[in-house]
Amino acid sequence: MRPTRDIAVVAFGQTDHRRTSDEHSEVEMLLPVLHDVLDRTGLRTADIGFTCSGSSDYLAGRAFSFTMALDGVGAWPPISESHVEMDGAWALYEAWTKLLTGDADTALVYAYGKSSPGSVRDVLTRQLDPYYVAPLWPDSVALAALQAQALIDAGETDEPALAGVAARSRADARTNAHAQLRGPVPQGDYLVRPLRTGDCPPIGDGAAAVILAAGERARDLCERPAWIRGIDHRVEAHSLGVRDLTDSPSTRLAAERAGAFERPVDTAELHAPFTSQEVVLRKALRLGDSVCVNPSGGPLAANPVMAAGLIRIGEAAARVHRGESDRALAHATSGPCLQQNLVAVLEGDVR
Amino acid sequence: MPEVLKAPLVVEFPFTRSLGPVQSAFLTGLRERVVLGVRTTDGRTLVPPVEYDPVTAEEIRDLVEVAPTGTVTTWAWNHEPRRGQPLDTPFAWVLVRLDGADTALLHALDAPGPDAVRTGMRVRVRWAPERSGAITDIACFEPYDGGPGEPTGHDGRFENPVTGIVAAARLDYVYSPGRAQTAYIENLSERRTVGERCPSCHKVYVPPRGACPTCGLATSEQVEVGPRGTVTTYCIVNIKAKNLDIEVPYVYAHIALDGAGLALHGRIGGIPYDEVRMGLRVEPVWAEGGRHPDHYRPTGEPDADYETYKEML
Ligand SMILES: [Zn+2]
Repeated sequence: MRPTRDIAVVAFGQTDHRRTSDEHSEVEMLLPVLHDVLDRTGLRTADIGFTCSGSSDYLAGRAFSFTMALDGVGAWPPISESHVEMDGAWALYEAWTKLLTGDADTALVYAYGKSSPGSVRDVLTRQLDPYYVAPLWPDSVALAALQAQALIDAGETDEPALAGVAARSRADARTNAHAQLRGPVPQGDYLVRPLRTGDCPPIGDGAAAVILAAGERARDLCERPAWIRGIDHRVEAHSLGVRDLTDSPSTRLAAERAGAFERPVDTAELHAPFTSQEVVLRKALRLGDSVCVNPSGGPLAANPVMAAGLIRIGEAAARVHRGESDRALAHATSGPCLQQNLVAVLEGDVR
Repeated sequence: MPEVLKAPLVVEFPFTRSLGPVQSAFLTGLRERVVLGVRTTDGRTLVPPVEYDPVTAEEIRDLVEVAPTGTVTTWAWNHEPRRGQPLDTPFAWVLVRLDGADTALLHALDAPGPDAVRTGMRVRVRWAPERSGAITDIACFEPYDGGPGEPTGHDGRFENPVTGIVAAARLDYVYSPGRAQTAYIENLSERRTVGERCPSCHKVYVPPRGACPTCGLATSEQVEVGPRGTVTTYCIVNIKAKNLDIEVPYVYAHIALDGAGLALHGRIGGIPYDEVRMGLRVEPVWAEGGRHPDHYRPTGEPDADYETYKEML
């Protein structure tokens, strides 16, 4: 189904992603990024029609933590605002639907996460099924490792191939000034076998923001808007033992509904925090070797939890803005072993 | 700039959940060393069982016993167990398809090392010596080289079924309040109240959080306010909070410190609770060694005019 209005990403900004940022509160970390995207478009906070954010109380260790960050967007006098307790890619989805309704012509979407105050491996166990799984405290690396072993047993990858994904990502990240890990990174010891430290994303803090605009407004705000041709998200059964961990049917379905298979894409920004997950996603998205995958370095180079998915959309859009891509795919994930997946297709005007 | 403050922050809660009929039967079964699955309308057996078919979303209630033995479908070697995990010695995370089931259960496998684990290996349940009706009633799995174990022939109906679980959760953080609040707290320790002024609307925020919520701008100019202020509004607290060493009733108030652009919260002392009023002029009282005012008391000045504080209620 074609959207009823043309909506584009017109600006993208992100912090430098770092292991710790304890000198800054969330709002202090976020403010420069918000001003970055506003400055790129010439908009002021009062001009924004809708604001939506993504973050997690469990990362912050505080209830309603997103309300503190709202100080950064000028929430007085009152604004039209919403929040998702998820990656900011889902906040972008909500903003996109809001713009589709015609209630707003511009939207500010932002996401942030500080993993440094706690242990993100333990924090993420709290999103698991509380009856059968969470009481065992299986951490995020362990669950990804089960998926990696399933792929190896199925003959779809091996440890050298996974190391190749890691090396390519960090090599590409050399040109990304915001990335946390750049250039050669040792593959390291097993963290949870078969995943080595090199197969896993860095733990860090960061924030990102995007501005969306509809129709002619987008052309006014951006020389080459990244039009969202389609966007969809799908979820799979939460029980890991019900799923085929070597495949991602939810990603494939989201991609199909977003129109990703109608024509080839030239770029794909994949939210694959673990090397093995890139193997799954390439297959689900039918990405050939001609597609430039994660030219930013992807989440293996910087993985601020709750912002990393929004950053994939932002990076894909920024390549369209710069004229480096004509049709790009962006993917975001949430939950263990690629449980929930969002796919967006972005295009620039024909040149 | 002073070094940012940090302090340990522990978030701990007993995560209390009620169980539906299927989860209740499964967890009660574990207490009685019986493993139950649920049968879907297309004839598959799901272990662990769920109440709704993951494919059709149909309600399913048809309990069926499976064996306590099974086959590893994937695994991961965990050489450094973390707090709360099933074993404190190195172990393998495993997905196990129990004999009689079509789906796999996540748990731990006690094995001497990664070389002793492979996909397809046979395992069996090791029961916890004390069981209460929780997933941890399975202590772990252990290697097993026999055929399918014997089900007990249980029909899934139990005396005293478990109807709820308490899954204790604890997360440890090191909290840092960031630049603006660190500066505020550092100044408080010298008994000075320092806010930050917005460069655009010039409002002085106390306590400062580093941003003006009206303008959406970073604040940085520090401005000392108070020490005296005006009660802008208040309430009378009649119920004693746990561990609070204050006699009720007492007054909790919004106090606009002189020079501040908005009110902060504080307790009012040194005056009978029923004599506190809007416009009352107050000053902070610092406790010995305290890092913030213990309470505010009347200064004895005439009350402030309503016009001077009406924007700060
Ligand atoms: Zn202001």
